[in-house]
Amino acid sequence: MSDNDDSYILEIIGVNKTFGGLKALSNINLKVKEGSTHAIIGPNGAGKSTLLNTCIAKLVPDSGSIIFAGRDLAHGITPHGINQIGVSRVFQTPEIFPKLSLLHNVMIPAFAKRDGFFRFNLFKWLRDEKKLKDEAMSYLDNLGLSDSAEVHAGSLSRGDKRRLELAMCLIQHPKLLLLDEPTAGMARHDTNRTIELLKDIREDGMTRIIIEHDMHVVFSLADRISVLAQGAIIAEDEPEAIKGHPGVREAYLGSAEI
Amino acid sequence: MDAINSSSARKDNLAMIIFVAVVLTAPLWGKLIGAGYPDLLQKFAIFGLFAIGFNLLFGLTGYLSFGHAVFLGVGSYTAAWSFKLLSMNPIPAVIFALLLSGLFAAAIGYVSLKRTGIYFAILTLAFAQMGYNLAYSVLTPITNGETGLRVLRSDPRIIDSAFGVQIEGSPIGSFFGIEMTGYSGFYFCAAMLIVGFYVALRVFRSPFGMKLVAIKSNQTRMEYTGYNPKPYLLTVFIISGMYAGLAGALMVIVDPLAGAERMQWTASGEVVLMTILGGVGTLVGPLLGAAVIKYFENIFSAINETVLQATFDFLPAGLQNFMVAVVHPFVGEGWHLTLGVLFMIVIIFMPGGIMEGIRRLTNWVRRRKE
Repeated sequence: MSDNDDSYILEIIGVNKTFGGLKALSNINLKVKEGSTHAIIGPNGAGKSTLLNTCIAKLVPDSGSIIFAGRDLAHGITPHGINQIGVSRVFQTPEIFPKLSLLHNVMIPAFAKRDGFFRFNLFKWLRDEKKLKDEAMSYLDNLGLSDSAEVHAGSLSRGDKRRLELAMCLIQHPKLLLLDEPTAGMARHDTNRTIELLKDIREDGMTRIIIEHDMHVVFSLADRISVLAQGAIIAEDEPEAIKGHPGVREAYLGSAEI
Repeated sequence: MDAINSSSARKDNLAMIIFVAVVLTAPLWGKLIGAGYPDLLQKFAIFGLFAIGFNLLFGLTGYLSFGHAVFLGVGSYTAAWSFKLLSMNPIPAVIFALLLSGLFAAAIGYVSLKRTGIYFAILTLAFAQMGYNLAYSVLTPITNGETGLRVLRSDPRIIDSAFGVQIEGSPIGSFFGIEMTGYSGFYFCAAMLIVGFYVALRVFRSPFGMKLVAIKSNQTRMEYTGYNPKPYLLTVFIISGMYAGLAGALMVIVDPLAGAERMQWTASGEVVLMTILGGVGTLVGPLLGAAVIKYFENIFSAINETVLQATFDFLPAGLQNFMVAVVHPFVGEGWHLTLGVLFMIVIIFMPGGIMEGIRRLTNWVRRRKE
């Protein structure tokens, strides 16, 4: 990766957000290199999720802009528009289709990828979509969910829902994947498996922004880490440097096990 | 929901064959339950279509329209005008009713779908009541107000007169010479019902249907998957409105009279009841619900005190009078009471409607066999 500016896929420039009197984000500046994994860490309430929400048009920042592939994600774009230009997100509380089977949960994003977002397929049989079904099954298989492909997604455990959501995002091959605590609620074994999976998909050139409390996950995956405290970035560096950063230790790592 | 998840070509074909067989033999099995007369069977088919179409919207997307009767009315008036101006043939009536109700659904749906949940329901209700009041008063030149729109012998009927078709007696829908009354009227409705059921089956089993259930299941995720739910919702709203328009046209085809009361909110409520009673989100359920309600309306309302006296004749005199006194409020004029009780029992014990009852029963039988 070169250091020239063109290789940044996402640039957050001077973003501010206040809720009532509370300053949730103050003058956030962040650049993420294409193909890298950028972790955002920080204590609870530091504004990590708020920051991700401004990236997907869930929240409009009071000022500043968020440039992704030449488009401003902060203004004049709908949630579905953001997905269409290649941004997917795994939510802190898994957003899946609880009333559909796991297979159909993954098929819906696959349909969007294949047909675009406005083809209704009103005159097709769903059962004839064998190729798409196979593709969906392979993604479920990758995440160890293929055994329950016919089960309603609503009956899954929280950790499994999260993995399902990850499969739903990955099948679309997004350019930028936002992961909001992707391993929370998972058993250690599944966490390690998810880490391996996320390492594997790095080869696709997919850029990842990851919010995580589990330092094991962060240091296994991240190329760069930003530390957020009270709505401001207090440090940004390579993982090794962050580990030794005194201000970070004080704000956050002092209470976390590494 | 299960209708979406489990589907194989063989199962669907079998279901379709059974459905066609059951519909076409309705005059035979109808006799067994005392419903073997064409007027009632026509109602089964017409309201069945209405409910199947309503369920495409409510069952798949969860959007509860409380104003679907407005499309019923639009279909009826359009069919009546087609009878008056063009021909007594039901085909143009059906085509124009589908087009116009589709157009109305597009306009009403476009505005109403700006909101969800209760606000959507209220918006659709408001549109339907506006439609009703327009038909009842302001639009009297088109709808003939409270008298209702009649098809007269003196109407122009351009196509019919071009072919030299004469009308003797009062005008009646005529499918290339076959009069749309009695059983031939029923079979015309039955043919439409079969087509309507097949289309509903295709919608349920299509990627489109799956996406609609996904919208119902989690609209947020649908948006972050890149879909704009609006065009999908509007499309199914239009399809659903066209079903209602078709049902309205059929009412006029078997009985050439269109009245404003067809658009009143009670008619909109009725189709909600039919769908819930039968089973929301199932293919056959709404049709069953429609049949049950129309059956009760016709059979129970026809029972009077004399019939009750005869029914309990075998009991001693005191007990006979007692039974008559107990049952009497539930029949005749009071058939709504029976319907209410039935509705409550179904909702409390089988929230999935009649279809859930059938599913439980078959599961129980299967377990007994093992």
